[in-house]
Amino acid sequence: MSKLFSKENGEVFTNPLNINNPIAVQVLGICSALAVTSQLKPAIVMGLSVTVITAFSNVIISLLRKTIPNRIRIIVQLVVVAALVTIVSNILKAYVYDVSVQLSVYVGLIITNCILMGRLEAFAMQNGPWESFLDGVGNGLGYAIILVVVGFVRELLGFGSVFGFQIIPDSWLLENGGLYMHNGMMTMPAMALILLACVIWVHRAYNKDIE
Amino acid sequence: MEHILSLFVRSIFVDNMIFAFFLGMCSYLAVSKTVKTSLGLGIAVTFVLLITVPVDYLLQTKVLAENAIVEGVDLTFLSFILFIAVIAGMVQLVEMIVERFSPSLYAALGIFLPLIAVNCAIMGASLFMQQRILLDPATSSQAIGSVWDSIAYALGSGIGWTLAIVGLAAIREKMAYSDVPKPLRGLGITFITVGLMAMAFMCFSGLKI
Repeated sequence: MSKLFSKENGEVFTNPLNINNPIAVQVLGICSALAVTSQLKPAIVMGLSVTVITAFSNVIISLLRKTIPNRIRIIVQLVVVAALVTIVSNILKAYVYDVSVQLSVYVGLIITNCILMGRLEAFAMQNGPWESFLDGVGNGLGYAIILVVVGFVRELLGFGSVFGFQIIPDSWLLENGGLYMHNGMMTMPAMALILLACVIWVHRAYNKDIE
Repeated sequence: MEHILSLFVRSIFVDNMIFAFFLGMCSYLAVSKTVKTSLGLGIAVTFVLLITVPVDYLLQTKVLAENAIVEGVDLTFLSFILFIAVIAGMVQLVEMIVERFSPSLYAALGIFLPLIAVNCAIMGASLFMQQRILLDPATSSQAIGSVWDSIAYALGSGIGWTLAIVGLAAIREKMAYSDVPKPLRGLGITFITVGLMAMAFMCFSGLKI
């Protein structure tokens, strides 16, 4: 038991949350991080889906790593990931249909999310299933954290709500005699890039040794 | 003919892969350091798109769609696996061609050439094409109703992607001489640049042809 939760395994799990974050440091999986964050709910669903898929594809590839011939490993990895994404996509359609419509093609694009291929190549091909599972969950959550931060700011400033609940009352708005206006720019894709740049800026200002 | 032209122009400017959908960001950020390599990658991506999207269109309509092969059987749940297999195979082919005819470009693109297989822009174009088949061509200028439409869409998306990466590379070449705050250097300032470029491209969103 003590071996399963050793210090090294703890670091495998916590490093991607901060100093080795997949988005801010490894620059992986940017596409979906920007596109699904205009509101908090799709951002959280997307973060969880990626966490589940990364964890399980890491475990499967790590179990198969000694039997996969080196030359065709990319195809094998893609097929495993594509099968998992198909399952998750159908589950989302069955249980949270409105979110899966909002996410549209970006669920399918988890297949080509660089986090998955990056972790499979860099970690799961060399390590055992339990470490790979921790690494997958850690990287998925590291990705989800950034999505939640960006999604929270965009939804609060762009729609005046958090998780669908109204935060800024209608009476504050300019058309109702108040002094406030929703920032329409925040709902546009361009602001996601600039917000992400701000997240990276803060992250690097605190972790000075990251290049 | 009008529809094809409008689809082509729209996919370059309005539905730009990078600025409207953020597809293919990983290689977009990593390879856009010099104009020459980024142009090479842009052409490679366009070429792969131009082959995979029409092939995936034919697969979708002739094999996967409901009642296409066997009456009453809907195989669309297989589309992810089938599309990615087509893309991976095509990328292998392009890699061999580039290695044979332009070894210098092959060396410059390095790991990013095989990684076109996992470039979201390629997979994304196929998935958008799959959605757009369902639209009605009479009312929507985004509908894809024939192989020719899918070729125009692929070519336009590829050119739009190339335009975006060459533009960013040119800006980054100039930006190498600027004094940027230290934590913002590299990735941070690149994101802000792309954000500003995306805002500029938003002007095209009212474009009607």
